[in-house]
Amino acid sequence: MRRLLGSSPLITVGGAVAVLIVLVAVFAPLLAPYPADAGSATNPVAALQAPSLHHLFGTDQVGRDVFSRVLYGARVSPLVALLVLVIACVVGIPLGVVAGYFGSVADETIMRITDIFLAFPSLLLSLAFAAVLPPSLTSLTIAIAITWWPWYTRLIRGQAASVAGRPYVESCRALGIPTWRILLRHVLPNSVTPLIVQVSLDFGGVILTASALSFLGLGAQDPTPDWGLMVAEGQNYFTTQWWLVTYPGLAILITALAFNLLGDGLRDVLDPRWRGQRGWVNVR
Amino acid sequence: MKLEIRDLEVSFAGRPVASVAELAVDAGEIVGLAGESGSGKSMTILAVLGLAGTAGATVTGSVRLDGQELIGMPEAGLRAIRGRRIAAIFQSPSLAFNPVFRVGKIVTRTLRLHGLSAAEAALRADAAMRSVLLAPDLLSRYPSQLSGGQLQRVAIALALALRAEVLLADEPTSALDVTVQAEVLELLRELRDERGMAILFVSHDLAVIAELCDRVAVMRAGQVVETGPVAQVTTAPRHDYTRELLAAVPRLEVRP
Amino acid sequence: MIYYVTRRVALALVVVAGVVVLTFVIADVVPGDPAVSWAGPHASAAQLARARQYLGLDRPLLVRIGTYFGGIVTGNWGTSIHTHRPVLSDIGTAAPATLELVIAALIVAVLVGVPLGLVCARWPGRWADHVIRVGSVLGVSMPIFWLALIMQLVFAQRLRLLPVAGQYDPNLVFTHPLVTRTQLPVVDALVSGNWPMLTSTLEHLILPALVVAAYPTGVIARMTRAQVLDTVGEAHVQMVRALGFPERSVFGSFAMKLAWNPIAAVLALVFAYSLVNTFLVESIFDWPGLGSYAAASVSTLDTPAIVGVTLFVAVIYVAANLVVDLVQAALDPRIRLR
Repeated sequence: MRRLLGSSPLITVGGAVAVLIVLVAVFAPLLAPYPADAGSATNPVAALQAPSLHHLFGTDQVGRDVFSRVLYGARVSPLVALLVLVIACVVGIPLGVVAGYFGSVADETIMRITDIFLAFPSLLLSLAFAAVLPPSLTSLTIAIAITWWPWYTRLIRGQAASVAGRPYVESCRALGIPTWRILLRHVLPNSVTPLIVQVSLDFGGVILTASALSFLGLGAQDPTPDWGLMVAEGQNYFTTQWWLVTYPGLAILITALAFNLLGDGLRDVLDPRWRGQRGWVNVR
Repeated sequence: MKLEIRDLEVSFAGRPVASVAELAVDAGEIVGLAGESGSGKSMTILAVLGLAGTAGATVTGSVRLDGQELIGMPEAGLRAIRGRRIAAIFQSPSLAFNPVFRVGKIVTRTLRLHGLSAAEAALRADAAMRSVLLAPDLLSRYPSQLSGGQLQRVAIALALALRAEVLLADEPTSALDVTVQAEVLELLRELRDERGMAILFVSHDLAVIAELCDRVAVMRAGQVVETGPVAQVTTAPRHDYTRELLAAVPRLEVRP
Repeated sequence: MIYYVTRRVALALVVVAGVVVLTFVIADVVPGDPAVSWAGPHASAAQLARARQYLGLDRPLLVRIGTYFGGIVTGNWGTSIHTHRPVLSDIGTAAPATLELVIAALIVAVLVGVPLGLVCARWPGRWADHVIRVGSVLGVSMPIFWLALIMQLVFAQRLRLLPVAGQYDPNLVFTHPLVTRTQLPVVDALVSGNWPMLTSTLEHLILPALVVAAYPTGVIARMTRAQVLDTVGEAHVQMVRALGFPERSVFGSFAMKLAWNPIAAVLALVFAYSLVNTFLVESIFDWPGLGSYAAASVSTLDTPAIVGVTLFVAVIYVAANLVVDLVQAALDPRIRLR
């Protein structure tokens, strides 16, 4: 395991930064100098101050400490990404297993439905759904999750189908081992590796999608310290108060970068034969 | 001697994979290089072409073409020699041709690379195809549309069109049917007799070598263990390994 | 081949239909009254009721969906609630601007990304390879709206190298009016020989196009590198080397020809993603395209407009995929001959 983690500089760097971000999210209340600013506290007197020792990233248009809000932001987008991927897995994996293992009618119906989603860029679908839902983090999560689960279904289906055809599974069936046991013991473990790679790569993608939608006002609402929202709010002041936009955006970039590096490294190590095939076709 | 190899050593990170103390091919003769897979035969061919570096190997020793030293020659000089004076044909002809290029395109581009005009290139390509008993219009096909035997003959045609003096053949018939193999071997004999080419024929199949070659060198684990006229080596081998190889050749025996 | 194409088209139509239905359903569930947007905040109850009737909001959902589908074919995509004009004509006005930007970005992405990928494949493991790889990952991890703001600040406002916003200098409309034929300002200026306008439109296009090009360039560079590296070990590459071709031909000509195919495949996906990215960037650069239109539609609960935009993008996406499929078949004879 240690050898796995240390084998690629991509994993090391990406993984380290990812862990850092998680730590920041968890310990935000302790790390942030003005934790209340991440909530509804405002301080209009201190509005729009340039970065200084008191306010490392300056203050925003209602006087909130940008540094604290950025730190707390690590709780927002990554959490949304986590939820989206959990939902995508919870919905997508069982469907994929059923489709791949049982084949025939179940396979056909499930794959037709996923084809509908897969044939369309999911960012656009998320946009469309988020646009017609009332703007909130919940809507955002739902809108993205709806468009993300089909990818996991297809991924798992392929794995399940290939395992289902193998001779040792036939012998398991012949021995009378219950189906659920076969699925649990044989089908799922084989799927773990590509799943880990995919989740890791997707994490960055979901964060970018979520912040883009929040930027458009379709996701988090004030006063939630969402990075995308912060960029949107700071837009009007950008020409003079550059810190309002720069730091939150940088946070998005670093987070997405970390998980993309991690995913890329994991893919190189865990499944080298994928390396040439998809490149960065993480385009959804 | 057309091609002289002396003290050639090909190594990967210090570990030698092929050592040839002495090997020569004269114009108008076919010399066989026999040995099992992995004995370093293919690396020797790459080294002669100056391409061992692309596989990550280092080469020391001497390879002379008409007395001119090739090892250490600058890349520009080697490129002028490759294809034009020393041609090569490979084991899997269907893999050796770029699948998205029409076969003729590769032929004409190579001819033009080595200085021919478009008109001359077309003429030579035509003539060469006829020499190998292929219809010239096959040149407009893609590799996937031609059989292995046909592709190998196109490769030989290319060597002919370039008027190459030396042909390095790396297991050219191993991937072909026996009947097709016989045709290709016949073609090689013609090249030797009518064009006076010096041919180095690499193969793991001693039976084919015995049939085709004038002289043979046997390689084992990267070392040449025995050389000599083919008749002599096959009937009175001096090295144990040669004896083993000969014994392993399946023979048709008449049951009493 | 024809069978393959028709099957793809049929599937795509189902997709588009499914998306439209889904959007309608979700829009229906959402609280909020589009009639208010239509009639205005000071409308009386009677006016609202009339508006609701006019907009067809009093009819059941399925009927509305049905009429909508019927309308699509005849060219009636509904009426936009916030512009009070037919959705189709609104899209017709806004779409060319967006397409101009996306296409410009993709051209940049291919012109820059492919050579960069080739450089990586030619000298793998050297510093150029590492730098370009990191750059590609950066391009792919970039929040596009943030990049747009930063670029705008640095190049347009601080350094004053490029214009801040808009498609062209509005003052030029008086001195060198643009003859609109294709609705694409750059093309129109070029075609009519309107040089001052051409300079202006190109100037204005650079910054947004570069921003939108960040992601596709990263993808294409990565893809090119991977594809060319994959082929490098193959026998046919060794063969052309043995024929005397210089390395730059071996890579640039022979290996590359094989790589174009998967790159083309990626372009279709990247196109859709870039289209959405363009939406994000339009408001920042005052670009009068679909993104601005969609943003306005969202804030006014303008369902016909939203569905219309979604439908339009779906059609474009399907068309782009088909074009790519055909290009792929042209590039790789193995597909045609199958």
